[in-house]
Order: sequence, then structure tokens, then C-alpha cells
Amino acid sequence: MNARLASEFRSIVGDAGLVSGPEQLRTYECDGLTLFRVVPELVLLPATAQEVQAIVKVCHRERIPMVARGSGTGLSGGALPVKGGVVIGVSRMNRILEVDVPNARVVVEPGVTNSAITAAVSPHGYFYAPDPSSQVVCTVAGNVAENSGGAHCFKYGVTTTYILGLEVVLSDGSLLRLGGASLDQPGYDLVGAFVGSEGTFGIITKITLRVIKKPETTQTLMAAFNSSSEAGAAVSAIIASGMFPAALEIMDRLALEAAEAAVHPNYPNCQALLLVELDGSTREVELLMEKVGPICQSCGAWELRLAKTEAERMAVWKGRKAAFAAVGRISPNYLVQDGVIPRTALPRVLGEIDRLSAEKSLRVANVFHAGDGNLHPLVLYDRRIAGQEERAMDLAEDILRLCVEAGGSITGEHGIGEEKKQFMSVMFSEADLDAMQRLRSAFDPYDLCNPTKMFPGTDAKLQRPVAYEPHPIEIAGLAQRY
Amino acid sequence: MSQAQVQNRVENNEAWIELSAIVGPEHLRPATPEDAVEAVQPAGVIAPGTAQEVAQVLRYCNSAGLTIIPRGGGTQLGLGNRPRQADFVLSLERLNRVIEHAWGDMTVTVEAGCTIDRLQGVLREQGQQLGADPMQPQRATVGGVLATAESGTLRIRYGAIRDLVLGLEIALPDGSVIHVGGKVVKNVAGYDLTKLAIGSLGTLGVITRAVFRLHPIPVATATYTATLPTMSDATKLVLAILDSHLVYTGLQIHARRADQIFVHVRFEGIPESLQDQYAKLGRIAGAHEFVECAGDVWTERQKLFVNPGSSVICKCCVLPSQIGSLGDALFRQTDLAEVAATLVAQGTGLAEVRLDAAGQQPLMTVLHALRAEVDRLEGTTTVSQCPGTMKDELDVWGTVKDALPLMRRIKQKFDPGQILNPGRFVGGI
Ligand SMILES: Cc1cc2nc3c(=O)[nH]c(=O)nc-3n(C[C@H](O)[C@H](O)[C@H](O)COP(=O)(O)OP(=O)(O)OC[C@H]3O[C@@H](n4cnc5c(N)ncnc54)[C@H](O)[C@@H]3O)c2cc1C
Repeated sequence: MNARLASEFRSIVGDAGLVSGPEQLRTYECDGLTLFRVVPELVLLPATAQEVQAIVKVCHRERIPMVARGSGTGLSGGALPVKGGVVIGVSRMNRILEVDVPNARVVVEPGVTNSAITAAVSPHGYFYAPDPSSQVVCTVAGNVAENSGGAHCFKYGVTTTYILGLEVVLSDGSLLRLGGASLDQPGYDLVGAFVGSEGTFGIITKITLRVIKKPETTQTLMAAFNSSSEAGAAVSAIIASGMFPAALEIMDRLALEAAEAAVHPNYPNCQALLLVELDGSTREVELLMEKVGPICQSCGAWELRLAKTEAERMAVWKGRKAAFAAVGRISPNYLVQDGVIPRTALPRVLGEIDRLSAEKSLRVANVFHAGDGNLHPLVLYDRRIAGQEERAMDLAEDILRLCVEAGGSITGEHGIGEEKKQFMSVMFSEADLDAMQRLRSAFDPYDLCNPTKMFPGTDAKLQRPVAYEPHPIEIAGLAQRY
Repeated sequence: MSQAQVQNRVENNEAWIELSAIVGPEHLRPATPEDAVEAVQPAGVIAPGTAQEVAQVLRYCNSAGLTIIPRGGGTQLGLGNRPRQADFVLSLERLNRVIEHAWGDMTVTVEAGCTIDRLQGVLREQGQQLGADPMQPQRATVGGVLATAESGTLRIRYGAIRDLVLGLEIALPDGSVIHVGGKVVKNVAGYDLTKLAIGSLGTLGVITRAVFRLHPIPVATATYTATLPTMSDATKLVLAILDSHLVYTGLQIHARRADQIFVHVRFEGIPESLQDQYAKLGRIAGAHEFVECAGDVWTERQKLFVNPGSSVICKCCVLPSQIGSLGDALFRQTDLAEVAATLVAQGTGLAEVRLDAAGQQPLMTVLHALRAEVDRLEGTTTVSQCPGTMKDELDVWGTVKDALPLMRRIKQKFDPGQILNPGRFVGGI
């Protein structure tokens, strides 16, 4: 970056808001998808929306690409810098501006972390429902950009359900307020369109969101099965009975082994474990939980354990949350996928995954949010053995294709970003993609906001699946993938 | 010109021939005065049988510069400004199938012209429902409800209609048929164009099919009502219920005068838990006694629209805590202007108001005052129903602030020829 521009940026954000040393710039070269690295020209850390506007105006004038960044925990390369571009980090804009308890509204700056919201409203008995497992670190802006989900979104929905208003700076430097605290503002639902746009529509500078009342009671049941298919059948039976659980999670044998090795949750020694969480009014939860057990048993469950106290529940979840990282204890390398299938396709897709796994002589550990069909298959391999990594990548790709064929999606929560952009054409037709591009160009006609992401480029080569690397926040013990 | 002459003229023109070639002559008919939209008379009513046919009709009209008014059950055609032009009504009556009720997945795929009642009937067979109760379900269609983002009293529990949609099929003016979203609850691949289409009043494309997520039908339902002395007391009670652990599926204030105010609460679930909820409700309400009542109070919203005559009906969107101020301002004004008013406000802060008076002038006065009050509260007021003559004097949507240029750019990208519902939406889109 030439000195004149650098000093122009410096005059906007001051010394505290400018990162330009080669060593410091390198800390921004990737997000949670560490395979891709691009060192940005400059990193700007504005403190106000006005500073964001001033930065963006310069970028617009000079046609400099810009990539917004929250905490860099994204798993698909969304915050990966673009060659010749700047990174606009919102970590300094981290104030909670307003907490309106009677109306259950909170207004925050973009760099506020997900769990800071719950912390702010928790004394009043409320919480912020979308709960990605990176929640102590990731920012609300990152959540909005990725439309993040969590273990409880089968019942509570993902980020988009909770975002009511956004203040954004578009690539021409204009500042817009979309939506707001009251519902149903006239005009197109631009807030809804913005959520999940992965930083390609503009920079978010303020967010108005909704929090909800904590349920009176939460109970979690563990049920042990002889196979994942049996556990899957129990999930369908529970839902068919008219219940709406807050979470339904399945772990298979390998995942259980890994969790056991890592955190000793003392799970039943079984082939598949189902967690059923019910929440709501105390009376209703107690009565319904009495029915869940027999339903599980009728599908083959041979052991049931109910966690009633908060401490017992935490112990149950601890093993579930540790499973991802724990797989490192039973395999030197592994790939993580994020596919989604309709729930009823579960037995068939699991059967197919078993078949593929046998065919490729590779083990696959399965953990999934069974309620919403979000699979996180972990393909285990050893990089040191010639050909294994290749085979693992093939297998992971096959699994994604399986998800699309089953009527599902190539990503349930991690986003497209850099990683899956070539896979977009597996899932969408040219006309579908063209409609998305039209929307993008209405927001950002010069393609300055996070260009090159999300859409298949001209080079038709599929990006290969990427080996799991622990994110620094996982190493620091701040978060787990699950 | 007589009706027969008009018919003869349109049937011999090129557009008519082209369009009937697409859908078959039996599915294109001359429009009658009943097909007029806000007194704008279309030439014909066309009823395509597939999404592809819808797209072909749009492509042809786009190239020929003919305008289209998409129509479902026709229950909400009064919403929006007067169209600049209306050459053809595009009726979705033939796209009315429930394609697939995947009850194990709790999803349904349904065509846009299917009525809400028919859809709910199919879902009920498996004990499931679409968690929404839009007005006039026997006539309102899936497509119409989506285009207007109509939401009813269940919203407070199940979310808005946008939160229940997993995917859409949309025909665009360029003749393409796109699929957005999907069939699964969790899906972040690509932009969420479902949100863009929902509530766009058919100005970007024609929704031909939708995939919804579903909910179980509760075993038991009970509705309770309490009479409150003032709007402010009613609002306080609603806020206390919102802040409680009660699991309600409806929460509404109904006021016909400043001193005739009811709060309605609905619980759904298993019978044992309903009793428990009712006991708790009693403790929260304190001196205000709740008694069980019939469930038809949940149609009070819909009743506002019965025999509209020359009334004005508007939707005021405020925060739950502001419902009291809204009601007070309303009844203060209506008392002064001799206007009769009914207010039906949901606990979400969405309030519907009906105004009746002898002449148009008092209605205008109250409407302006109400809008001013809602503006002060930083909410929005949309006029959902009013005499056609009033539409010449007001923008039913109110002013859309800084996002309007962006909305215009989006319209330009999807419907550059402005053939879909021209002029009906915000800012003349
Ligand atoms: C251990 C671990 C566990 C995880 N678990 C989950 C999970 O359970 N569920 C889940 O959904 N995800 C999960 N993730 C993924 C990730 O945490 C989420 O995608 C998160 O929302 C990213 O937030 P961030 O602040 O780190 O954003 P970043 O990674 O910094 O950025 C993500 C995207 O947001 C854009 N962006 C950032 N700020 C702005 C802004 N102000 N305006 C516009 N665009 C902006 C970026 O350009 C980028 O495209 C996990 C990640 C890790 C490392």
C-alpha cells in the first residue's frame, strides 16, 4: 500500500486503529480455516461507524477490496483477506449500547461477543438463543454474517430469527439503517437478506436484536442404543409424538470413544448415544419427559439416564461438546464436514457413509444435531500414510454430494466463504446463482466487499476438503466445536 | 365500448394469442369489473398451470411491456398503493397442490395457490400444522400470505411467516424459475433470498411454491380473558406476562373504547400443564381476574376487515411497552373527531386499528395524528385498507427512510421492466 493512502487511513483511525507491521499483519492472514492465507495490505480497526464510513469511502474511491472481520473464528474462510485489500476489524466497536428488558431488545456494536449479550440480560432471566459453540469469542457481526446456529436451533431457530435491525455501511460509504426495534417495517426485508451474506453486502456497524426468556425448566435425557439408526428412529418417534425438544443430539461409537478418552463423561458404553433435551414450563417438561424414556426403549434403548440438575446436565453436554476436538486422540488427522439432510434420510445417509467408509478403508466418526439434520461427520486418517489424505478428501466430498442428493445442504452453519464456493454449483442452478449475484450487485456494484468469496469462480476446480486444525481459541480452551 | 367489443378486441390482439398459446386458451379469460384492482381495470385473467408457464408468461409480458398483478385468493388486493397499470391478473388458482407432506421431517412442500385451510387440513391428518393463523384462511393462499408477510396471533410463539419458510420457488420476469433456500431447517448456503421475496408484495417475482417447517398440533388449547380499566393497565399486564415463564401461544389486547379493554391469553399443550399455567397466570394478574372464554377472540383481527365500507384499517408497529401510549393517543383523537375506533394489538407490538366515521375528513385527521404518534414512538404505520379516493392523498406505506434507494436498485435488478405490481409498493416501487 502506498504511503499516501496509508497515512490517509491513519488520519481516520489514528495509530491505535492501524495495523501495518508485517508481523502483526500476519496475525490477520487467515480465519479458522487455516489452509488459506493471504497477508492483507493493512488492517484497520475503526472505533466508530463514522470511521468505518470514512475508511470505506477511501476504499471506494481507490477501488480497494475490503474484508470485514470479527474475531476470525469463521470456519470457511469468510474473513480471509483478499489480495491487495484491507481488513476492517470491528473488535474495538464492542459496546453494548442499550438493554431494553421489557421489550426484550438489545442494541450492540458489531464487535460484541455472542456470550456478552446473554451475560448482559441473564440477570433479568433472559438469554440470546443462537448459541454457536464459539460463543465466548465470536462476534455478533460474525454471527449475523454467517447466520450462525447452535445446538438448540431445532426449537429456537438460527441467528436470522433474532436480528431485527442493522446499521450498515455500504461499499460507497453510505450509512443505512435497515429494520429496527419494532417489527414489520415496510419495504423489502433487507435485514433478512443481509443476514448470512458473509460480509459481501457491506460492513455492519450496529445490531438490534431480540433476546428471550429463559425457560423455567430444562432436563436432558441420555439414551443408549445399539446403533445410530435405532437412535435416529427414536428421534423420529419423539417428534412424531408431538413433542418439540430443545435439542436432539446423536454420537456414534467412535465419537463416544473419543469423548470418553478426553473428558471421561462416563457415558453408557454403547454404539450410539442420544441426548434429548426438553425445556419449558416445569410441569409440562416433567410430564413429557416421562414419555420420552418409553419411546426410546421402544426403539431399542437399553439404558436411560436423566440429568435433572444443572450440574448433571453440564456433565452430559461436556462430553458432547468435547467430541470434535477429542477425535484428535484417536486419529492423527481428520476432516470435519458440515452437511445437512432431511431428518428422515438419516438411516439411509448413515448407511451410505458406512459403505463409503468401508470402501475407502477410512473410519468416520459421526456427531450430529439430529433434530435439524445437521451432520458433522469426521473423516479420520493419517497423513503420513501415502494416499490416505487424498482418500479422506474424496470421502468428505462424497458425503457432501450425498447431502445434496438427499435434499439437504452443503453447509448448515459454517458458511460457503472460500472453502465451498465451487460446491455452490452442485447445489444451485445457474439461474439461482445469477439471482444471488443480482442482489449482491444491488448492494455492492463494484464488488468491493469480500469479493471472490461465496460464488464459484471461473476456474471450475472444486476446492478440496480441508484437514481439521485446532483454532487458537480451542487450544486456549475457550471454545469447542460440536 | 360494450363488454363484447372489449372482449373481441383483446382476443384478437397479439398478446392475447401469445399468452393463450402458453397456458391454453381455456386458462385465459377477459377480466370482469370484479377483477379490477383499486379501480384499475385489467384486460384479462391468466391462470398458468405450472411454474414454467408462470415464468413464460412473465417473460412474454416483460418483452411486450405488459404489466401483471399476481393474485392468490384476492383477500389482500386492497393492500398497497393504486397500481400504475394492470394489464393482466395472473391467478395462481391452478397451482394449488400440496406436493409433499414429509411429516417425519416436519416439512411440507406446497404450491402457492393452495389455500391456508386446505394446507392445514392435509397437515392435520398427521397431527401437524403450519404455525400461523393468517386472516381468511379459507380464501387466503400460501403465495398471498407470503407476498404480504401476513402473520396472525400465533406469531408470538412460532415466529413470523418468514421464520417458517425453508425454501421457495420463484418465477422471475426474465423467464427463469429459481429455487432459493431448501428443505432443511439449517442451511446457510448462499444468500437468503426467501427473506427478500417474503413481504415484497409480488414486486420482484412470483412465488410458485414454498417449503415450510411445521409444528405439532397441541393436544389441548384454552383461552382466557380479563377486563382492564385502562390501556396502561392492559399494557402493564401484557408486559408482566411477557416477562413470565408462561408458555402462551397468543397474547392480545382488544379495545373498542378507552374504557372497554380486554386482554386475551391462549395456552396450548397437555391438559395438566394448562391448569398449571392458568394458576400461574392468576398470580401474575393479581386483582385482574382471568376467566376462560371461547377461542373466537383470536379472530378479532380478522373481524376488523368485515364490511370495510369506507373505513380505514391500519397496522401500527410499535414496541410492546408502547401499546398503551398508542391506544391512549388513538382514543384521545377519536373522541375529539367523533370517529369510532377498534384496536387489536398483539403482544409482539403489532397493532391493527379500524376507524369508522361519517365522512372522510375525520378519518384523515385521526390517521395523520395516529401516524404522528407512531412516528414519535419510532414505529411504523401502514394503511391496509381505505377508500380508493384516500389513496390519491396518502402513501399507504408511509415514508421509508434511507433504504429506499437500495430497494429501488433491487427492484431494478429483478424487474427492470417494472411489470410486476407497478407502483403498489413502498416509494412507488
Ligand atoms: C471452535 C469453534 C467452534 C464453532 N462452533 C460453531 C457453531 O457451533 N455454530 C456455528 O454456526 N459456527 C461455529 N463456528 C464458526 C464461527 O465461530 C462462526 O461462523 C462465527 O459467527 C464467526 O464469528 P467471528 O466474529 O469470528 O467472525 P469472522 O470469522 O471474523 O468473520 C466471519 C464472516 O463475517 C464477516 N464479518 C465480520 N464482521 C463483519 C461486519 N462488521 N460486517 C459485515 N461482515 C462481517 C466476515 O467478513 C466473514 O465473512 C465455530 C468456530 C470455531 C473456531
